[in-house]
Amino acid sequence: MINMDKPGNTPYVSYLKHEGKYKGLLGWLLTTDHKRIGLLYLYAIIVFFFVGAILGLLMRIELIAPGQTIMGPQTYNGLFTIHGIIMIFVIVIPALPAVFGNFFLPILIGARDVAFPRLNLFSFYLYILGAILGVLSQFAGSGPPDTGWTFYVPYSAQSSTNVIYALVAAFILGFSSILTGINFIVTIHRLRAPGMSWFRMPLFPWAIYATAWIQVLATPIVGITLLMVIAERVLHIGFFDPALGGDPVLFQHLFWIYSHPAVYIMILPAMGIVTEIFPTFSQKPVFGYGAIAMSSLAIAFVGYFVWGHHMFTSGTSYASRWVFSFLTFIVAVPSAIKVFNWISTMYGGSIDLKPPLLYAISFIFLFMIGGFTGLTLGSLATNIQVHATSFVVAHFHYIIFGGMGFATFAGIHYWFPKMFGRMYNNKVANIAWGINFVGFNLLYFPQFIIGIQGMPRRYFDYLPQFQPAQVISTIGGFILFSGLVLMLVNLMKAARKGEPAPANPWKGVTLEWQIPSPPPHENFEEIPEIKTKPYLFGTGNNE
Amino acid sequence: MTEHHIESEQFNQETGKLGMWIFLLTELFLFGGLFLVYAVFRAQHSQEFHSAALELNSFIGTLNTVFLLTSSMTVAMSLTAIQKNRPGLALFLVFTTLLFAALFMMNKYFEWTHKFEYHIFPGSPVLKNLPRGELLFFGLYYMMTGLHALHVLVGMVLLSVTFVKIKKGIVHQGHYLLLENSALYWHLVDLIWIFLFPLLYLIT
Repeated sequence: MINMDKPGNTPYVSYLKHEGKYKGLLGWLLTTDHKRIGLLYLYAIIVFFFVGAILGLLMRIELIAPGQTIMGPQTYNGLFTIHGIIMIFVIVIPALPAVFGNFFLPILIGARDVAFPRLNLFSFYLYILGAILGVLSQFAGSGPPDTGWTFYVPYSAQSSTNVIYALVAAFILGFSSILTGINFIVTIHRLRAPGMSWFRMPLFPWAIYATAWIQVLATPIVGITLLMVIAERVLHIGFFDPALGGDPVLFQHLFWIYSHPAVYIMILPAMGIVTEIFPTFSQKPVFGYGAIAMSSLAIAFVGYFVWGHHMFTSGTSYASRWVFSFLTFIVAVPSAIKVFNWISTMYGGSIDLKPPLLYAISFIFLFMIGGFTGLTLGSLATNIQVHATSFVVAHFHYIIFGGMGFATFAGIHYWFPKMFGRMYNNKVANIAWGINFVGFNLLYFPQFIIGIQGMPRRYFDYLPQFQPAQVISTIGGFILFSGLVLMLVNLMKAARKGEPAPANPWKGVTLEWQIPSPPPHENFEEIPEIKTKPYLFGTGNNE
Repeated sequence: MTEHHIESEQFNQETGKLGMWIFLLTELFLFGGLFLVYAVFRAQHSQEFHSAALELNSFIGTLNTVFLLTSSMTVAMSLTAIQKNRPGLALFLVFTTLLFAALFMMNKYFEWTHKFEYHIFPGSPVLKNLPRGELLFFGLYYMMTGLHALHVLVGMVLLSVTFVKIKKGIVHQGHYLLLENSALYWHLVDLIWIFLFPLLYLIT
């Protein structure tokens, strides 16, 4: 595809059509182009996401009535375990850095690729290996793992199911995540375009930078913890299992030292995406650039020290409980700063309510419900009441799906024209958004209410008084699922037959909109020189 | 053109080194988890850790420490040799490093098999009847030295690859990132041992 209206002498060939050393399918599977690797991740994640979503839907069907509906308790245990493992380790932790980080980080900082392109491809294959092992744990050997995605010892050291597969899968996925993190940190440090000082960097790279540090600093801890559980199961070395002399609460500490920061691996890039969207669709400079950039780092830093709030009922000391509770409240502050900044960015702007902005606004709404209920869980007294109930389930689905998930959809709709060079149908996208938003709230909000009333999480059965809420929730699940399918169909159709997209359909001002859609193989014909802060929108304020 | 070429070579060298340093940081955190577990168990069972540590042969431990420290020196010297454009000397020094690494592994092998003869290995009935703290100590001993030995093996593979590439002239005075990164990795292996050795062998 040759685009004639592109200035310059070298003929423009998009990265989708570019032919390097390998051609055809191999040109994709062995590519070191960060954009192609980003798309590979995207396709893999869509596939696994629908696997995970269908598993979730099966759980909702089981819960439509008390007692056994379509499956027994053991099957249900396996189902929520693999739903968790796939959704957490295969989708929400890698998704945003791996898809949008890969595709847009180098472009946004004016680089031709990431610092280590071959390492990038290697981490993709590690990711695939880990994901396949995770799915395999369902079918091979002695039955699906039933420990929950948290692998709490002693049960995970004793369960006769395929826990080993799941542990190894999580370990490999963690390793892939570490390598991606290293790659991005080095890329940001070394490959920024001339003139792009730290505070001229757009805010999505800032978010990715903070995320990458958490990936690098926290993931090894879960790596060694999983290795210890593996050693415990295979070699009978005692660490956590009391039968072998170990300490189970120690496992919980080590697990959450990683797994709480992992929540910020999910949410920080999501915040980065919506931070790109608000200024573009308000046509106004972002409000409080410095505050947004610094609050990303603050979240990453404080988020490292709140893991104990998962263990308020595990018998930890009172002193440690109130310290962790206090820190949990502190971490809400930088998150709130961001919310105020986004809203202030929209204030007085010329707002263009396109699908990306719809998703971004609903991100704020859902993220705030998730955030406030997080404070209910983070304060000691109320935690006792709602610990391990469906209140927790609702809370983290509001954060992870309502927050991170909706931000991902926002990102896809925002950058789709750039990635594929085609436009999607706005009307269908708006309808899909409406269905998703309604379905999501129907699905998860009732779980707050029955959670407070005492509905435990991870149970395949419940008391009859919870049934109305469970039925609403299941109906919401189906509505949400249909919305997701509609969204996907709309985008898939657009990717093949949509109208060609101009270079800058949303009048954005960051670097990715200054190059053709889809971008050429090398991104920039000439590396741009950056002379101003980002997001000026012609306000002319140079510094 | 050549000036530009050298400049970008240097740029790549620095970039590659930064990546390696961050990777080494993750390795420290990986072992950090084990050190944390060690600290907790030691605080809970200090008396039993004390008596279990007496079982370890500190002579073999000291010998292995000497091997590793010397090998760290030789690998550092090989880097200087490459920088001064003496590939023959560099080859010899990398080979010496590999030799010390092999001696270390041999020693480790004899140390472990000796323990096995006394039925001190994870899951053995003898170990299970020991007091809880001693059981945990030996578990940590095998896990920590085992994981470290795995890193020694990885380091040996890296150094062997480097050896071949120096020989073929791919790694040379103007292009020695691989040697530098392998050497950095090797220093990490050494560094971790410097902590393992006193924690397991000396504090009795």
